[in-house]
Amino acid sequence: MSIDREQVKKVAFLARLELTETEEEEFTGQLSSILDYFEQLSELDTENVAPTTRAIDVSNITRADIVESYRDRDAILNSAPDREGDFFKVPKIGQEED
Amino acid sequence: MASIRELHRQLTNKERSAEELTRETLDRIETIDPQVRGFLQVMADAAIDRARRVDAKIAAGEAIGHLEGIPIAIKDNICTAGVPTTCGSKILENFVPPYNATVIEKLEAAGAILIGKTNLDEFAMGSSTENSAFQVTANPWDLDRVPGGSSGGSAAVVAANECTVALGSDTGGSIRQPASLCGVVGMKPTYGLVSRYGLVAYASSLDQIGPLAGTVEDAAILLEAIAGYDPKDSTSLKTEIPSYYKALKPNLKPKRHLRIGVIQETFGQGVDPAVEQAVKDALTVLQELGAEVQVISCPTFRYGLPAYYIIAPSEASANLARYDGVKYGMRVEDAENLIDMYAKTRARGFGSEVKRRIVIGTYALSAGYYDAYYLKAQKVRTLIRQDFDRAFNHVDILVCPTSPTTAFKAGEKTADPLGMYLSDLMTIPVNLAGLPALSLPCGFDEGGLPIGMQAIGNVLQEQLLLEVAHAYEQATPWSQKRPKL
Repeated sequence: MSIDREQVKKVAFLARLELTETEEEEFTGQLSSILDYFEQLSELDTENVAPTTRAIDVSNITRADIVESYRDRDAILNSAPDREGDFFKVPKIGQEED
Repeated sequence: MASIRELHRQLTNKERSAEELTRETLDRIETIDPQVRGFLQVMADAAIDRARRVDAKIAAGEAIGHLEGIPIAIKDNICTAGVPTTCGSKILENFVPPYNATVIEKLEAAGAILIGKTNLDEFAMGSSTENSAFQVTANPWDLDRVPGGSSGGSAAVVAANECTVALGSDTGGSIRQPASLCGVVGMKPTYGLVSRYGLVAYASSLDQIGPLAGTVEDAAILLEAIAGYDPKDSTSLKTEIPSYYKALKPNLKPKRHLRIGVIQETFGQGVDPAVEQAVKDALTVLQELGAEVQVISCPTFRYGLPAYYIIAPSEASANLARYDGVKYGMRVEDAENLIDMYAKTRARGFGSEVKRRIVIGTYALSAGYYDAYYLKAQKVRTLIRQDFDRAFNHVDILVCPTSPTTAFKAGEKTADPLGMYLSDLMTIPVNLAGLPALSLPCGFDEGGLPIGMQAIGNVLQEQLLLEVAHAYEQATPWSQKRPKL
């Protein structure tokens, strides 16, 4: 299976990743050969095989739902590129109405 | 650099103070690291402060543990409170974690001296440490060659005697392959043995933290200190941690009929003849030590690589979605709106291998391709596990080369991602099955570059692996050889 440049563009958009023209071209070629390499998996019959999501299965891990206060809230908020009071600040999301 | 046991003896006998040891280590780093470039950051002041506290304890006549006063280097994808943790990425260049990883808490409690943070392939994605956004680390045996990756900084600083031991992380071979290429011991524990809390996630179902060390004994001491259940990691195993260090004996004799399986599929095409020969010679040594060696077939072994390069990028594409320029890390200033800010921040913050894997992973998980790629790979993962299960019905440990080749030249494989991926062919199936494995030096090629042998154990068989590796190490000269720098 090969991948074309349009698909690379589409996938990059889904991943919120802006690619340059050069990257798009380079990735299209490289990803095609990587996908070709994946093709060898079709040599294996997996019809009746269950998938493995975790190699060492631990299941039903639960804990009490108790709120713990964090000792240094400010350290977390200060890690943000931009903040306003106790909020993370981001660029404008919606359109302004006239 | 002396072993932990020797340094511990010197400290307790007051032949040397922890502060002296720390200052010598810092001096060595200052002299050697401009050539090796293994450290991204050295915490000199904090290290000396910590050493003084160990000295105060010794002066007061208190007993100290094995790791107390011992310098240790930390791969820079493990969170250290108040100390930048970059993951080798521009997107986290100024990130200072507000908390410690569980392994760091454990090491601090054990009195180890955190000396610095080591270089890595960006977000641990790579096999040569050339994907770091900041610097290229050299192989101490030949400065024109790579140290392997992604824990290349940790492997190189241990090999160059800049530090006694180091922590790395291993998702597809990122501890074992650089250990092999740098001629040191490196171990990936069973998935869940060591807490991943505070390890920056790459592929969560595969990532494990583990030790890199000059000897098996040092690796055992470090593993013992970091292993154990942690409620903060829900994949952490509730299991008793044995004293790995105390169990080490200089020969295999007490283990009657130790059965070693040689993985048939790991020899032949694509493997350096020198690597093949060194591993075969090592098997002869193990036989002389009393092991019974047989050839074992793992027919699905080679499918590990393609399965991994679907599974790991898929998990990575989800894990790396958190770098969005909102909560931490860098943010571009020239974005028009939120979506544009995400796309531009990620474009400028990530390097090309990370972008490549995000695109592969997003593609493999996207509508219409999920069954063909991700689900298929997860099923192949089951087949690989079953192959290992069958093998362990016949043998106690499996042996193969760690990497098909010795260290390659810097720049040699950067233009060919697939060629680079192939250097993890032997280590990847182990992560897919969650098994413990270690790489230990087993010889040198004609160019004087170290060769590593991989020993793979069944689930939670770390102790057996360490015992066998220790017996082999005591019977051979390899671990005593160090590069001339």
